[in-house]
Amino acid sequence: MRIKLEARAHTPAAVVYATPVVAALLTAVAGGVLFAALGYPPLQALHAFFIQPLSTLNGLAEVGVKATPLVLIAIGLSIGFRGNVWNIGAEGQLTMGAVTGGAVALAFYDVEGVWLLPLMTLAGALGGMAYGAIPALLKTRFNASEILTSLMLTYVATLFLSYLVHGPLMDPDGFNFPQSRLFHDSAILPVLGFTRLHLGAAVALFVVLAGWFVMARTLIGFQIKVIGLTPAAGGYAGFSQKRVVWLSFLVSGGLAGMAGLFEVAGPIGQLQPSISPGYGFTAIIVAFLGRLHPLGILLAGLLMALSYLGGEVAQIELGLPLAMTGVFQGMLLFFLLGADVFTRYRLRLGSPPAAARVAAAADKPKPAGEAA
Amino acid sequence: MSPTPRTDADRTESAPPTPRLALHGITKVFPGTIANQDVSLSLLPGEIHALLGENGAGKSTLVKIVYGLLQADAGEIRWEGAPTVIASPAEARRLGIGMVFQHFSLFDSLTVAENVALGTGDRTPMRQLEERIREVSTRYGLPLDPRRPVHALSVGERQRVEIVRCLLQDPRLLIMDEPTSVLTPQEAEQLFETLRRLREEGRTILYISHKLEEIRVLCDRATILRAGKVVDAVNPREKTARQLAQAMIGSDFATPARAAAAAVEAPRGDGLLEVERLNLASGTPFGTTLVDVSLSLHPGEILGIAGVAGNGQFELLSALSGETLVQDARSVRIAGAPAGHLDPRRRRELGLGFVPEERLGRGAVPDMSLAENALLSRGGGADDMVSRGLISFRKAHGLAERIISAYNVVAGNGARATAKSLSGGNLQKFIIGREIMRKPRILIAAHPTWGVDAGAAAAIHQALLDLRDQGTAVLIVSQDLDELFVLSDRIAVMSHGRLSESRPAHEATVEQIGLLMGGVFETSDAWEADAHAH
Repeated sequence: MRIKLEARAHTPAAVVYATPVVAALLTAVAGGVLFAALGYPPLQALHAFFIQPLSTLNGLAEVGVKATPLVLIAIGLSIGFRGNVWNIGAEGQLTMGAVTGGAVALAFYDVEGVWLLPLMTLAGALGGMAYGAIPALLKTRFNASEILTSLMLTYVATLFLSYLVHGPLMDPDGFNFPQSRLFHDSAILPVLGFTRLHLGAAVALFVVLAGWFVMARTLIGFQIKVIGLTPAAGGYAGFSQKRVVWLSFLVSGGLAGMAGLFEVAGPIGQLQPSISPGYGFTAIIVAFLGRLHPLGILLAGLLMALSYLGGEVAQIELGLPLAMTGVFQGMLLFFLLGADVFTRYRLRLGSPPAAARVAAAADKPKPAGEAA
Repeated sequence: MSPTPRTDADRTESAPPTPRLALHGITKVFPGTIANQDVSLSLLPGEIHALLGENGAGKSTLVKIVYGLLQADAGEIRWEGAPTVIASPAEARRLGIGMVFQHFSLFDSLTVAENVALGTGDRTPMRQLEERIREVSTRYGLPLDPRRPVHALSVGERQRVEIVRCLLQDPRLLIMDEPTSVLTPQEAEQLFETLRRLREEGRTILYISHKLEEIRVLCDRATILRAGKVVDAVNPREKTARQLAQAMIGSDFATPARAAAAAVEAPRGDGLLEVERLNLASGTPFGTTLVDVSLSLHPGEILGIAGVAGNGQFELLSALSGETLVQDARSVRIAGAPAGHLDPRRRRELGLGFVPEERLGRGAVPDMSLAENALLSRGGGADDMVSRGLISFRKAHGLAERIISAYNVVAGNGARATAKSLSGGNLQKFIIGREIMRKPRILIAAHPTWGVDAGAAAAIHQALLDLRDQGTAVLIVSQDLDELFVLSDRIAVMSHGRLSESRPAHEATVEQIGLLMGGVFETSDAWEADAHAH
């Protein structure tokens, strides 16, 4: 008797949608065990992590604040991932978007006008796009792995931002602190009531809808899916792989750049050496947790936002290190990938008698699923 | 000649020695196909034994079972007379079985010696290993510098690394999978010398090939597989290449009577599809380079291209479909227009329809529905499933349903069924239907009935003949000679990246084509050589 993974001929839809839920549950269980091992009461810690942040209106708004960049970026990434284009550098594109959009805010410092925010948003998106264009060019021209180039460019972007806030963009009246001026009111996104939930959240919701529409209804979305699923069929149909690479990077880079601008023009309000707690990387998890589907990404983005808040609450309430957030996010991805194996394979114990299989196949050489 | 399964009539030794390896009744079933059925085979010490068969005949499956990569569903393996289970390649190597694969598994950036060490798990110090590599490679006439990095080696030298790697383990059975497919004739000759030396040492060599001449020159016995079964076991030296080809392709061959209506005239002027002196360097080390391929295809005729797979058909097809662009735009012309630089969409707009060899994974996206797959080859002006970049799934669905009903495609969920849920025959009917529904002026079909059940094959053949009668120019590339004779008005043969002249199908014989496929002709035109007979 041996345990064997057997390829599924057909994956039931229920399994596909159940795996993220299973992964989330396993994460909670493993997290509880981890808390217990560290000497914290597991239920209380889990409560602090997952429930407490949701118990106040402000907490709910904060979930929206954190989910906004995650969802924006993950929608863009998911389009690329569908087309087998692996942009791992959204964090860098986010940073560049914050730089270009933020630079516009600083260039028009103290200039009033309703045009300023749209201009900043456009500049942020273009900055992210331009930064995403680098790995796209390297990929299409030299066939350089976009995974490596986009990832490495992230660190370049972070250092570039650091240079700017230590130099050219440093607040002249800021006592040499490495940060820019605080953006003036015209350059700050409007917020909902007394919360920090800003207009970017509405943009993110719109992007969710637009992402769904593009992937479900348009020819370009269809081309991306075909090339991602079966590149040879894409070639046969005459769809251009290069075009998909470019499109993926421009869209995901642009959305990441916009997310970066929303951060600096929203909750942060200025340029700082660090503007993102790794949204660009976490969005990769969000995209997969959401099954690369816009609606799923919205839900996954909210869950991941919660993990950021939970980490903060757990830090305050229980004195847990902030690294718990990363641990939880990592576990979630780990369990998701693990559970995903079962969408394509099923577990089988032992092997059926050979003779029976021979007979079955000889009788009806029909679809593979039936013979198995 | 009627198949004489498993009897080795040509062998005359009085007291046969214990076979080194004996297979009895090996059967291996994959979902949907029987790759090996009741295969029995015995390999003696000191012989070179050919395993001969067309692609898909089950050769690879059988040797993978011997090498422990696959497990047989039924049957027995005896090694040196004792029943044995070969659970893994490591176990096969322990027994003394070595294998040289058609596609090498070497690390380009490592040296020869490092590759050998990795492949064998050998822990001898590098200096000593290098010494042994030198020794073995000179003993067997396989000169190799153990310190050279693999990326600097020619394809032939890389193969030597694989062979030396096997020989260091002192194998008693060496399996060679299509070893000459990547070699120049000179390199092949050198390899044969090495193999003969190994035979003299009493080693057994299982030699897999479909090249008839080299088997006749090299091998002591040949077991011929067809459709997973042993159809004959012969002494290849006593057979002509023609007889071997016949056994490999099918001795029950009968040229079907064709409708006399299809009068075949000599090629007239410029065809609808013209290929003129097409040269195309292969992009990969295992591909075939096209050399001076010319053909012309006229409305209302079917041109069949025969040949063993891997002789340039794939490259020719992708140059015709537009998946590979060729240097000289004028070397491929569609309806007079230079098309060599056009992508597949543009070529479709010129009236090209294309049925690729891989139906699942090229002709259709496995995980998408038939309605979505109907969109794949859209193109051309009258097409209205997409307007302003938006897809009308209602129209795509309607088209898929029309294809399903017109071509009797059995699909569980109709247009909603995923492509991978269909049987090969039904998916092929769908793809051919999809291409024909576009009313192409030219249809190119690669291996249209490969792996398709008889009913679907007949339906596909009928559809292609009807299309021809409506005035479409049809090009069929196939390994199946029966099929080519049923369908074609003219037949040409592809071998080593060259295409022979075409000849009216009713004048061609299986023997001629078999010889051309086996690469018996190289420079002289076998058609001409044979013309004296007529």
